Amino acid sequence: MTAPAAGPVLEVRDLEVAFDTRHGRLRAIDGVSFAIHPGEILGVVGESGAGKSLTGAAVIGLLEPPGRIVGGEIRLAGRRIDDLPPAQMRALRGREIGAIFQDPLTSLNPLLRIGDQIVETIRTHLPMSDREARAKALELLVAVGIPAAETRIDHYPHQFSGGMRQRVVIALALCAGPKLIIADEPTTALDVSIQAQITGLLKRLCREHRTAVMLVTHDMGVIAETADRVAVMYAGRVVEIGPVDEVIHRPRHPYSVGLMASIPSVRHRAASLRQIDGSMPRLDSMPTGCAFHPRCPRCLPRCTSERPALEPAGIARAACFVAAEAPAHA
Amino acid sequence: MIVFLLKRLANAALVMVAVALLAFLIFRFLGDPVELMLNEQASQAQRDALRIRLGLDRGVVWQFLTFLGNAVQGDFGISYRNQQDVFQLIGERMPATLELVLVATVLSLVIGMPLGVYTAIRRNAPVAQALQFVSVVGVSLPSFAVGILLILAFSVTLGWLPGFGRGQVVQLGWWSTGFLTPSGRSALVLPSITLSLFQITLVMRLVRAEMLEVLRTDFIRFARARGLRDRTVHFRHALQNCLMPVITITGLQIGNLIAFALVTETVFQWPGMGFLFIQAVTHVDIPVMAAYLLVVSFIFVSLNTVVDLLYAVVDPRLRSDVVRGGAGGG
Ligand SMILES: Nc1ncnc2c1ncn2[C@@H]1O[C@H](COP(=O)(O)OP(=O)(O)OP(=O)(O)O)[C@@H](O)[C@H]1O
Ligand SMILES: [Mg+2]
Repeated sequence: MTAPAAGPVLEVRDLEVAFDTRHGRLRAIDGVSFAIHPGEILGVVGESGAGKSLTGAAVIGLLEPPGRIVGGEIRLAGRRIDDLPPAQMRALRGREIGAIFQDPLTSLNPLLRIGDQIVETIRTHLPMSDREARAKALELLVAVGIPAAETRIDHYPHQFSGGMRQRVVIALALCAGPKLIIADEPTTALDVSIQAQITGLLKRLCREHRTAVMLVTHDMGVIAETADRVAVMYAGRVVEIGPVDEVIHRPRHPYSVGLMASIPSVRHRAASLRQIDGSMPRLDSMPTGCAFHPRCPRCLPRCTSERPALEPAGIARAACFVAAEAPAHA
Repeated sequence: MIVFLLKRLANAALVMVAVALLAFLIFRFLGDPVELMLNEQASQAQRDALRIRLGLDRGVVWQFLTFLGNAVQGDFGISYRNQQDVFQLIGERMPATLELVLVATVLSLVIGMPLGVYTAIRRNAPVAQALQFVSVVGVSLPSFAVGILLILAFSVTLGWLPGFGRGQVVQLGWWSTGFLTPSGRSALVLPSITLSLFQITLVMRLVRAEMLEVLRTDFIRFARARGLRDRTVHFRHALQNCLMPVITITGLQIGNLIAFALVTETVFQWPGMGFLFIQAVTHVDIPVMAAYLLVVSFIFVSLNTVVDLLYAVVDPRLRSDVVRGGAGGG
């Protein structure tokens, strides 16, 4: 069950996700590759529609039809999981890959006590009696910082605030000891004053358990404080990936440059990433060559016809002909 | 909870008084009871004596209050037709109607709910689509036509099941039941199917629509992300969240079923309240009509109230004793 110590927990290679529609195939994820190592937090940023959530959904096997994986592979601790039969994939979810969604107010079943929801998840995956599972649930609630957990365990979701509910969701994601957590904008729906607490908690727990995390967010502040590495996505592709300091302070790809420049200072959170002129192309009208070239301030002739691959650029990697030649600085 | 209960009861009482007023007005103004009770040769003295005996010489308000007071004590007067106590008459007929309605309701839930769940989770399967189509037919067929067709097929042609009456009944105190004898049970089959057919399709379509709605919610997606088994997701999480409207509609429909049983009872010569009412109408037996109106409304209003109270039991959010808001903070 355990991964070879050196290998990545998650390895995504040339992933392609497409929607078959009446007007042909729309490729929403087009050749995405990245890896996450044990205990590492990979931040994923990019403007709305870049394909961040779809990538996460593909990894946990919860793409909604007609969306499906049409190319590439996904490996969890070396084992290929993108072609598993549904029943095996189901057993993997919650057990080896936990998930945290955006809205804690709607993530929990309103009719079941939170304790029962944790117990049912534990017992689905681990051979435990009801009593043992309940003891573990209690332990988890304490670990995620629910005060008076012994009484709160029997409360219903509506009796908790948003921040407390997201703590419960984190407990649910962690309860079977997964190797990987997919956290899709876990703090976006929360009050600003609580966001830092939740990301801090997530970071601490994942460090303790050496859980790998794919953290999707719009908040560069969260990335700066939480992530080890960051992947910048644009139009269904990873355009830059590298250590978080490097990408924030010395972005190579012109899109990343624009993205980082749109933040006044990493210390002062600016949630919006949409301050680059123009907008992302629609899936049914992707430009040839580099998808960013119509908006790119440093576009070369070859950018309109050839698609750049993700190549080393400094200590990061960027998919850009310009970046490969002369490093750009923000 | 107590306040809620008292409020609901006060509401119900108010509605009942309004219905009583209506029943009273029918009683008072739909033909002169004196004329109806005596024959043409009665003398003026006899008429006056009866008028005084019935209290018809007093004021309208006094008459209404007397009517109300009597009704509360179960005294609806004497049937014009066979000089029997009306309350007793209805009491004798009520078990037949209630047993019929009970069986029809159970049938509609036992058949309708699984069909609804099935058509929702396998909505593209041919069988599910065929069921959808059949249910449209079920909704639009009038129940007397269904009844007559069933009688033709199963009693006249095949001779399998009785087409009229209640079979042999057993007296349990004042309640007469058809459940305890073979002939009583077989007599129930055709009328209860006739009565429940519409109800089955209603429950099925309702459950299907609700399930489709609930299956799209975040907490179902999160339940899948936790790796719960399909069966758990569908029946524990999704179906449970559909039960509120099903309880409401079923509860309210019991009132409708009692009212609509009138048609079924007439077709099957079923000795219930509806059949009694139809006979009363043909003989302008006003006390029976007024009493039927009151009794059926009473059942209707009680069901409404019970349904409201059941809401509070199913949905923890409505239980005021646990609603303490987001105590604990973020
Ligand atoms: N059912 C669908 N049919 C066609 N296209 C779809 C469908 N679902 C998603 N897409 C497309 O897939 C692309 C990626 O969507 P995704 O939800 O992954 O974006 P995102 O990066 O998570 O954005 P956000 O920041 O808004 O959450 C979008 O362009 C979207 O239009
Ligand atoms: Mg998203």
